[in-house]
Amino acid sequence: MFKGGFIQNLPKIYGLYTGGFAVFILLMAVAESAGVSAKNIGVMFVVFTVLIYAFIGYLSRTVQVDAYYVAGRQVPTVFNGMATAADWMSGASFVALAGGVYFGGYTYMAFLVGWTGGYVLVATLLAPYLRKFGCYTVPDFIGTRYGGNLVRACSVFVLFIASFTYVTAQINATGTIASRALGIPFELGVWIGLISILVCSMLGGMRAVTWTQVAQYIVLIVAYLLPVFWISMKLDAGIFPHLMLGDEVARLGELEQQFGLVKNSAADMKAAGVPGGLKYISGPHAGVPEGGMAVWKYLSLAICMMVGTASLPHILMRYFTTPSVKSARRSVAWSLFFIFLLYSSAPMLATLSKLSLMDPTLATGIIGKSIADVQAIEWVQRWSEVKQVFIADFNGDGILQLNEWFMRGDVVVLATPEVAGLPFVISGLVFAGGMAAAMSTADGLVLAISNALSHDIYYKIIDPKADTKKRLIVARVLLVIIGAAGAYIASFRLTSILGSVAWAFDFAMSGLFFPLVLGVWWKRATREGAIAGILAGISSGLLYLLYVYPKFSVAIWGVAHDPWLGIDHLRFGMIGAPICLVTMVVVSLMTKEPDAATQKMVDDCRVPTGKPILGSQH
Amino acid sequence: MSNRDAYWAKTKNHMIITLVIWFFFSIVIFMFGSELNTMTFLGYPLAYYMTAQGSLLAFVIMLFWCTGKQETIDEEYGYAEREDS
Repeated sequence: MFKGGFIQNLPKIYGLYTGGFAVFILLMAVAESAGVSAKNIGVMFVVFTVLIYAFIGYLSRTVQVDAYYVAGRQVPTVFNGMATAADWMSGASFVALAGGVYFGGYTYMAFLVGWTGGYVLVATLLAPYLRKFGCYTVPDFIGTRYGGNLVRACSVFVLFIASFTYVTAQINATGTIASRALGIPFELGVWIGLISILVCSMLGGMRAVTWTQVAQYIVLIVAYLLPVFWISMKLDAGIFPHLMLGDEVARLGELEQQFGLVKNSAADMKAAGVPGGLKYISGPHAGVPEGGMAVWKYLSLAICMMVGTASLPHILMRYFTTPSVKSARRSVAWSLFFIFLLYSSAPMLATLSKLSLMDPTLATGIIGKSIADVQAIEWVQRWSEVKQVFIADFNGDGILQLNEWFMRGDVVVLATPEVAGLPFVISGLVFAGGMAAAMSTADGLVLAISNALSHDIYYKIIDPKADTKKRLIVARVLLVIIGAAGAYIASFRLTSILGSVAWAFDFAMSGLFFPLVLGVWWKRATREGAIAGILAGISSGLLYLLYVYPKFSVAIWGVAHDPWLGIDHLRFGMIGAPICLVTMVVVSLMTKEPDAATQKMVDDCRVPTGKPILGSQH
Repeated sequence: MSNRDAYWAKTKNHMIITLVIWFFFSIVIFMFGSELNTMTFLGYPLAYYMTAQGSLLAFVIMLFWCTGKQETIDEEYGYAEREDS
């Protein structure tokens, strides 16, 4: 059946896999109609998919450095695009993005523009040149281009801060989904999530992560798109929601007028006992807020996310795995295409979900109905029990108003199929998709951190004479330690203290963006400039975060500070990155021009042909 | 100017053009969000459409165009890789 090697047969293998997954969904649908309980279907979905990833991870085991770090540099363009998309779209993107749009409307969608626009920077400024360079990790590029252990260590430090902030949130998401789907306590869910993540990456490193990520992409995209199209048909909104929801968006505007957008006071919400993390609709869905400050807040958030995207090591390192410079470039375009499929669907899901709850003429509508009736609805009861939705009758009229309905953002993705009356098999599929999204990102991040520590710190700085076997043992041990540390922190639910995943972007942007870009595009950039830039960028960013984030600033200064020019804790990269740039340029110009060998290295990395700067065994 | 310098000058130029288009779709459009929202596209208010889908789509199309163009530049100056996928 299979002629030729594994790589030649990839389309066939993943075609079969997708077909098998479709059969599994159908089997579950049959099981549901035969009376298998909703809970068991959820369990089967999660267990079945995770076992498949583990199996792929086991098959991809390797004892070669090249395969472990960069998947042997033979991942075809389109497959690398899928793997990157899974690497990129986190559990947070999957479960929280639509919820963010649901509550935040236009303003929140700056994230959508930011998380896609960044790929233009990746493709034009970095990916092809880093691929040509032939490095194993992002600090490997910085260390070789600028020369010296100090600059290498500085970049590992930034990578560690950015990726670790991100990974605890991912393990947290894995634990949340595992605990809900399997009906086990959260703490146990976190450790089960960790084990699933490690079996995918430990034996085969980047090679195993690549092939599981492709499999995870297929599951997550099916799980996201199927409900969106189905709900759209069910609401009679059109068979292709992306092009056909204009009327629905306009209808939401009318309903907002009808119910009124009311802001609750903090005191009212406290008195009513609204659980933390639950939100209500207080802004327009499609309306653009007026004023220069609103524009600036939108743009600054988009800029931080774009520049941060182009500096996150777990994304950049995916482009080290392609066979050529040309395919690295193309692969960025494919990645963005695969990401676009999900991101452009999130606003559509938010629109449909909002309409099905808000429109009183629909059977599913709850706003404007009597609170007693709403509380009798089965899904409202189920999600109220776990404190995911909440009703507070502020005006005491017994009718549910728009500002009296509270919900956690995740509910939009996790419960909408149920609300719209889709069979439970779809909800099970959504759980599997969320699990795939969280696992794939966590895998990429844990691997990025442990590879930087094992290759750049252990092999390049501590023990350059280590043999292959020893290097790979160290890499795996570090992988387990990093994963366990992430899970340990996640199990204490400290992530609410660690704040937002947006911080990872701001950290990466503050410390890595300009050293990477100038390394390729400005020959005059020197080692001293890079060291000063990285340190100035990351420390100013971090200091500003401490200053502006209320929890930190109250702990340190005893008072909360107002953000300067609207630059709040989500946007602190706007401080760090410019400081990094200026410091790096000034110090570079003050120090001696890089030597001829370094200049030649930069020249060589700018053209696609010729030998890579770093050989395959370095 | 050597072949390599000419190649790099052209590549740089291409990078700048790409980033100008990128800047238009990611920044310029949203500087005029409330003005654009009075217009409609496919029945959606325009600024809403751009942030939900339009700019995202523009980035995707742009990247395929940009890589194609860069490949012709590679060919033109003899820097195209031979054996690849």
